[in-house]
Amino acid sequence: MGSEDGTAAPAVEAIDLVKHFGDTRAVDGVSFSIPRGTVLGLLGPNGAGKTTTVRMLTTLSRPTSGTGRVNGHDIVDEPAAVRRSMGLTGQAATVDELLTGRENVRLIGRLYGLPLKYLRESTDELMERFRLTDAADRLAKTYSGGMRRRLDLAVSLVAAPPVLFLDEPTTGLDPRSRVELWDVLRGLVRDSTTLLLTTQYLEEADQLADQIVVIDHGNVIASGTPAQLKEEAGKASVVLTVQSAADLPAAEQLLHTCSPEVHVEPASRRLTAQADGLRDMTLIADALRDSGIAVEDLGLKRPSLDDVFLHLTGRRAETVDDETSSKHADDQDSQPTESMQP
Amino acid sequence: MSTATQTQQHAQARIPVEDRGLVQQSLTVVWRNLLHIKRMPEMLLDVTIQPVMFVLLFAFVFGGSINAPGTGYREFLLPGIMAQTIVFSCFVVAVGLTNDLAKGIVDRFKSLPMSRASVLVGRSVSSLIHSSIGIVVMAVTGLLIGWRMREGVLNAALAFGLLLLFGFSMIWLGIWVGSMLQSVEAVQGAMFTIMFPLTFVANTFAPTQNMPPWLRVIAEWNPVSSLTQACRNLWGNGDPASAAAAFPLQHPEIASIVWSIILTIIFAPLAMAAFKRRSRD
Repeated sequence: MGSEDGTAAPAVEAIDLVKHFGDTRAVDGVSFSIPRGTVLGLLGPNGAGKTTTVRMLTTLSRPTSGTGRVNGHDIVDEPAAVRRSMGLTGQAATVDELLTGRENVRLIGRLYGLPLKYLRESTDELMERFRLTDAADRLAKTYSGGMRRRLDLAVSLVAAPPVLFLDEPTTGLDPRSRVELWDVLRGLVRDSTTLLLTTQYLEEADQLADQIVVIDHGNVIASGTPAQLKEEAGKASVVLTVQSAADLPAAEQLLHTCSPEVHVEPASRRLTAQADGLRDMTLIADALRDSGIAVEDLGLKRPSLDDVFLHLTGRRAETVDDETSSKHADDQDSQPTESMQP
Repeated sequence: MSTATQTQQHAQARIPVEDRGLVQQSLTVVWRNLLHIKRMPEMLLDVTIQPVMFVLLFAFVFGGSINAPGTGYREFLLPGIMAQTIVFSCFVVAVGLTNDLAKGIVDRFKSLPMSRASVLVGRSVSSLIHSSIGIVVMAVTGLLIGWRMREGVLNAALAFGLLLLFGFSMIWLGIWVGSMLQSVEAVQGAMFTIMFPLTFVANTFAPTQNMPPWLRVIAEWNPVSSLTQACRNLWGNGDPASAAAAFPLQHPEIASIVWSIILTIIFAPLAMAAFKRRSRD
């Protein structure tokens, strides 16, 4: 087993994963790999095949064809070894409502085969880390949505697995709980845990992922770093605002030197030009300094992941998941709010 | 693996994981299921208040009109109620399993490095404990209204052993139904449809002698009748079955064991296949 230590082998690999349910091709040939200690965001609308992909990689569902490796173990041939090296937080927080927070951690820890003495210490530590200490001895059914998610995550981490799968970890959370959870996840990555997270939220992938794989209808339609994907969706543009309208013609001419298309808005004294990125930006800044044009503001605007999604699928991510987000919002309403925490 | 250095950067599981066997994992699942009963004691209503009501209803409302052989209707009734209670184990296990499947708890368990059988074994053992609580409640209720065990400690214990064995075979039926159906409501509907004929078309509450001949054959070949008759014989409640009764009732103790084995052989593979199918995709 020592041979796997310190090698550059990826923590997770999906190798041409296919899953058919009857005639439905839920996943139709998905491949990617996640280097150790990094975060991969699996992005796609509802029904794109994200959850099915995660279920196959976590050995809950057997691939129709293709395979994968988690921590070097084959998901089809060595499911037991895969389960020993990963944790899973499913789409619905699967905490046991009739158990206290502490008992939830203990249950899963014992099933992992952790010694009781170790468990006692690590449970306290996990409760502390996920700010559940005060609620540790309360039944999980009294927890708010955010607390359930944190408990679910704490439970997944009880055996400190090197790989963690998170299926839509923040769906249904209010913005504050979402940002808090992001912080927790960033902390995990600092501890060199490898994360695969699925999400419908572009912002989430942008915030957390080193690498994004976009899937739709069971196929990978794009992959790369968030920056690369944005690059693909369209070039960045330079936005220049001059102090005096009299400088507009000079500024337009100046921008034309690096971009064939310059858009001028005289009312706001603003000019927009396509640019290749920082290099063009620097050239323009230098030229502006030399020209003596008084600049009010100069900025580089990159396309957002929303633009990427629109570009790739021809539809907005937000309209695609409207149905689910409103459903989850309802769930959220029925639960006690986070602020009730002592 | 235990010799692996436990640095934070370690690629393998970073904590020494003991390889605990099926028994210990099942016990952990039992611990969890029993905690559920402790937190929601109303889960026990089906094996406490409900059968006690049956006892009182039959003993005092119908009892006077049913002509039972031997030591009187209350003694005749108690073994029947006990058999019915143990048959309801399958209901208990089906509801519990469907709940865990629907709430994703089974998925959570399956993502762990544990034996998948321990989910079923743990569920079975806790359901048997659940039903045993019902048997104890029935025995106490029976003793209060005049039921007695008259054939000695050994025979008395043997009867309880037969009840548990039969309960074990019923659990497989429960796992099968629980894995096939999607909701607790569906399980309740299906189970009542199975349970009522199974526990009433039998010698549980009334002697079979006065039933129409075709029904009498069904009732006497009903495994629940063998179990009930075995308990009656072992506890000395009423006369042994008449010479006119069907073959299993002539040898009810052996018949109960054979029925338990047959039912297990039929339902265990069905149950495991259904559970596997249900929890695979």
